[in-house]
Amino acid sequence: MEVHRHLDEDLDTLRATVLRLGGEAESALRRAMHSLTDRDSGAAREVLQHDDDIDQLEVEVDRQCVDIFVLRQPAARDLRFVMSVAKMAPLLERIADHSCNIARAAIDLNNEPELNDHDRVRKMGDSCSAMLGAALDAFTRNDPTAAREVIKRDAEINDLYNQVFHDLIEMMVSEPATATRDARLLFVAKHLERIGDYVTDICELTVYMAEAAVIKHKH
Amino acid sequence: MSMPTATIRPQFEIRSRVSPERRETKIDVTGLNFFYGRSQALKDISISIPERMVSAFIGPSGCGKTTFLRTLNRMNDVIPRTRIEGNVSIDGQNIYAPGADVVELRRKVGMVFQKSNPFPKSIFDNVAYGLRINRLTSSKSELEDRVVAALKNAALWEEAKDRLKSSALGLSGGQQQRLCIARALAIRPEVILMDEPASALDPIATSKIEELIVHLKKQYTIVIVTHNMQQAARVSDLTAFFLLGKLIEVNSTEKMFTAPDEKLTEDYITGRFG
Repeated sequence: MEVHRHLDEDLDTLRATVLRLGGEAESALRRAMHSLTDRDSGAAREVLQHDDDIDQLEVEVDRQCVDIFVLRQPAARDLRFVMSVAKMAPLLERIADHSCNIARAAIDLNNEPELNDHDRVRKMGDSCSAMLGAALDAFTRNDPTAAREVIKRDAEINDLYNQVFHDLIEMMVSEPATATRDARLLFVAKHLERIGDYVTDICELTVYMAEAAVIKHKH
Repeated sequence: MSMPTATIRPQFEIRSRVSPERRETKIDVTGLNFFYGRSQALKDISISIPERMVSAFIGPSGCGKTTFLRTLNRMNDVIPRTRIEGNVSIDGQNIYAPGADVVELRRKVGMVFQKSNPFPKSIFDNVAYGLRINRLTSSKSELEDRVVAALKNAALWEEAKDRLKSSALGLSGGQQQRLCIARALAIRPEVILMDEPASALDPIATSKIEELIVHLKKQYTIVIVTHNMQQAARVSDLTAFFLLGKLIEVNSTEKMFTAPDEKLTEDYITGRFG
């Protein structure tokens, strides 16, 4: 059973690496939103500085997946796990990229007078963070029921995005002087909306991993 | 270890790599038990094998997969103190029915063994052997045509065409195995049974045999026993997992290797068996 012990060790290492990547993506999102809502440009710069490390983690997950495919030839639940992780890593890396974009917007916005109402964007950020954390928990516990629950919450993010979109367009019309800042904030909302979609994709992969069920494009 | 006792029938939509349509059943086995003396080697096996597809039997050593393969052309008949119960039908005809013509059966169901076994004759005579002893050709030119066609079908023609009169024993291991396949093909069987046909071959020769299997399934129903699960995944449309004489699961190969229904299958193919 020596060979199988090696496979289990490789799978454990891969799980640890992707969870580290997930943790870094979570942290990047949380800090980017903090930099925006608390006008902390230092935190935003830290997010940007840290992005290369996250990119490297994604490359490392890729390398480990390829090694397992080539050297261990996984099947059944092992195959679904490695496949899911291989697809999950770029989603996490993109979440980190969107967080960087939010951090850049925060740096620009923090140099200008504060907009009156960040509440809905803040709420979007909180929901995205909570969803991402719950998605990573569901993945860690191999829990498809929890993953499906997270997917349902993407609708909240989309609703909030639509509200933010209308609010900011109205503000641009009523107070043209704030238009540049409103546009920046609108981009932040769009980044958060995309993050919600990526979290949904991660949960779909967890369902596939646990049940071999493809629910992509079916909800 | 607890073992499922219910007879397992395939409950799947076959997704052929050739075409997605459902295939007719070529071989239908129901309630098959097989005994070596008092030892029961096969226990209540039921399976339908579709025509013109590759079906792979996998399982650990001693699980009964080769014994089962050999029941499909009554190769076990020659082993003393064996006994069989149940029904094996090919094209609806019970091959164990009293009066069944075993010679005709073996003409219809060819077999290729783990170790290539060419006769100590020329390449041509090896392929022509079955045609001659069964008097299946009426002229020398027909015989030659059938030999050439079989060699071409077995992807050996290009390598053998200039040495047809040379001894078959001078061929490489992979070539000898393809010669045995050509010999089986020459008598135009409908089913080809292969018992670990590539287990003694290097990766290049193995690859040629596997390509040949995929090519041949357009015309023949192929059943292969293999210890190499990657090989089963590469060449077969349907995979059956045997354990301790029982058929644990039969499913489309894609499903078997990504999401098998039975935990025992999952444990075996992920290497966590026992």
